[in-house]
Amino acid sequence: MPFGNTHNQLKLNYSSDQEFPDLSKHNNHMAKILTPEMYASLRDKETPSGFTVDDVIQTGVDNPGHPFIMTVGCVAGDEETYEVFKELLDPVIEDRHGGYKPSDKHKTDINPENLQGGDDLDPNYVLSSRVRTGRSVRGFCLPPHCSRGERRAIEDLSIQSLDSLDGDLKGTYYALKNMTDDEQQQLIDDHFLFDKPVSPLLLASGMARDWPDGRGIWHNDNKTFLVWVNEEDHLRVISMQKGGNMKEVFNRFCTGLTKIESLFKDRGHEFMWNEHLGYVLTCPSNLGTGLRAGVHVKIPNVSKHEQFGEVLKRLRLQKRGTGGVDTAAVGGVFDISNADRLGFSEVELVQMVVDGVRLLVDMEKRLEAGQAIDDLMPEQK
Amino acid sequence: MPFGNTHNNFKLNFKVEEEYPDLKKHNNHMAKVLTKEMYGKLRDKQTPSGFTVDDVIQTGVDNPGHPFIMTVGCVAGDEESYEVFKDLFDPIIKDRHGGYKPTDKHATDLNFENLKGGDDLDPNYVLSSRVRTGRSIKGYTLPPHNSRGERRAIEKLSVEALTSLDGEFKGTYYPLKSMTDAEQDQLINDHFLFDKPVSPLLTCAGMARDWPDGRGIWHNDDKSFLVWVNEEDHLRVISMQKAGNMREVFRRFCVGLKRIEEIFQKHNHGFMWNEHLGYVLTCPSNLGTGLRGGVHVKLPKLSTHPKFDEILKRLRLQKRGTGGVDTASVGGVFDISNADRLGSSEVAQVQLVVDGVKLMVEMEKKLEKGESVDKMIPAQK
Repeated sequence: MPFGNTHNQLKLNYSSDQEFPDLSKHNNHMAKILTPEMYASLRDKETPSGFTVDDVIQTGVDNPGHPFIMTVGCVAGDEETYEVFKELLDPVIEDRHGGYKPSDKHKTDINPENLQGGDDLDPNYVLSSRVRTGRSVRGFCLPPHCSRGERRAIEDLSIQSLDSLDGDLKGTYYALKNMTDDEQQQLIDDHFLFDKPVSPLLLASGMARDWPDGRGIWHNDNKTFLVWVNEEDHLRVISMQKGGNMKEVFNRFCTGLTKIESLFKDRGHEFMWNEHLGYVLTCPSNLGTGLRAGVHVKIPNVSKHEQFGEVLKRLRLQKRGTGGVDTAAVGGVFDISNADRLGFSEVELVQMVVDGVRLLVDMEKRLEAGQAIDDLMPEQK
Repeated sequence: MPFGNTHNNFKLNFKVEEEYPDLKKHNNHMAKVLTKEMYGKLRDKQTPSGFTVDDVIQTGVDNPGHPFIMTVGCVAGDEESYEVFKDLFDPIIKDRHGGYKPTDKHATDLNFENLKGGDDLDPNYVLSSRVRTGRSIKGYTLPPHNSRGERRAIEKLSVEALTSLDGEFKGTYYPLKSMTDAEQDQLINDHFLFDKPVSPLLTCAGMARDWPDGRGIWHNDDKSFLVWVNEEDHLRVISMQKAGNMREVFRRFCVGLKRIEEIFQKHNHGFMWNEHLGYVLTCPSNLGTGLRGGVHVKLPKLSTHPKFDEILKRLRLQKRGTGGVDTASVGGVFDISNADRLGSSEVAQVQLVVDGVKLMVEMEKKLEKGESVDKMIPAQK
């Protein structure tokens, strides 16, 4: 989160070894990749807006990680970060995204008609369905690095665009800093409100600076489509509803996203995208689609089955608690979502969730009836 | 905490109004003083090491403050911050340090022989005595801003200086990053260990970056003199012992400090000091002496007297809980220390503590006997 103009030069007075971080106790993607030689090669570089390798890695230096959970340990400060620091970020991307190579191309498909089925997940088991992604507005720095002026400009652009949505998508913007207590309570009850980040992973990268300036939540009157402005990414777009009709959730998601993108373009601003990385976001783990499609599903029996972890792996799904990332499951209800982001299209990822959850529910019903599920074990997708 | 070199110029593409922070809900010294005009004037400046006004104020923007507690809301990144941004710092210093003017001179007096008395505070009431200060090493930037290379150089210099001490000051350095569990437990039991800052006042200023790299604790074998390296300041120097012999604590403090300063000067790295601001430290509240001389004292009756706060104010003392700043007192035991830092000398400030605590203990004894203390209420010092 640099503001000053000369400190990187001052640091160059110290040798690379004197400045190289101590990563001996670290377990994150950045620490696995960054060698003293690589650091020496990158440390005198900066992006046009002034983001340096120390900015990229600060969060990974400050947060050694967990023996079992592999965090990313680095962030982008602008679109050019992924180019200027490709020596570091390409291997991180390859490791995190299943072997994705620097020469690979990513396909984008947000045509909801290409999704097969998905409108009939059993609501006795599938309590809710949700699809989210992120978008970055080209021409601005990303949350770890942007100034108040930039952040406010992104907010203004977002409000202008979102306010012109109509029909099913017509809605209202609630700026975090002007929210009344009533509005706040309502948003909490709706499970919409996002709060100042507390995770040191986010704080150490500078994303929470100037909170709550420039941050806000927009949602449609129907409360099925919402947009977070200036949280971990410029925009987070979320479509959600109770029950198991993922097809409808995905329809709304694609329609809304497409409309928003064209409204931004009308105002002279596209989203950051390229054919190698897909949508460019703050965290390398969200590159590609930036998409997490998931359900809250009651699987008390399946989740205790010894093959549960293996089943999820083969279906390319991951589990979380119902509070989202880093929480525990309550009452056998799990958040099940796609594990991949990059190298698969949006339609493909949602298809995996739809097919995979249908199978998990079938397995749950078998186990309830005291029957085996061996014949239902899937192949590795 | 800048690392990059060009983002400040980038921000100048946005107008002052667009970048000026929203301080409407803020109650700290910085927010009281920083007008849009002042921000407009300072925003294109930087110190030689690249610290900008946004770096100075970030902690104050991120932490609006408390309706009753007036935080400072800004920090220095290097010695030159106080000069380059004097438009902002001078009024804050004046407000925080009782009207101290830009033309005033600060007197330094670390001659412990000039203290009168102080060796006889009643140990039935005064449980412990302690004097601390901070020191910054010339030629390095300060904790909000310094790089790993600088921090390690400060640590190396400090370790050389401290390990050359002998006699009552002979001791050992414990770097935070290689501490064994046994060492850690011992340091906690001795009340010596400092941990990674959790206060957002400090973390938002960037002081906790790269923790625990370059941080450590040195103490003498007698466990009565210790030095914190690279916490909120380059050095924090602490002299302490049980009971009420503040004179002895102050003697050891002055002698030890002088020895340490001599060694640093031999290496051409004296302490940051000037005749206007005295010792230059990270937080403007610690300028001058940087000294907090205090006791843990049992005052269960006096502390519930309606005039307790008025008495403290007149004695130029302040109260804290026994966990230090921002904690509550337990069992009627308070941490009582000098309120001033700048504009009076070390000897004068410790004298206030010695005289003031002696008076308060006498008042406590009177109240125990059911007698009034009205005639003992002091005049404003």
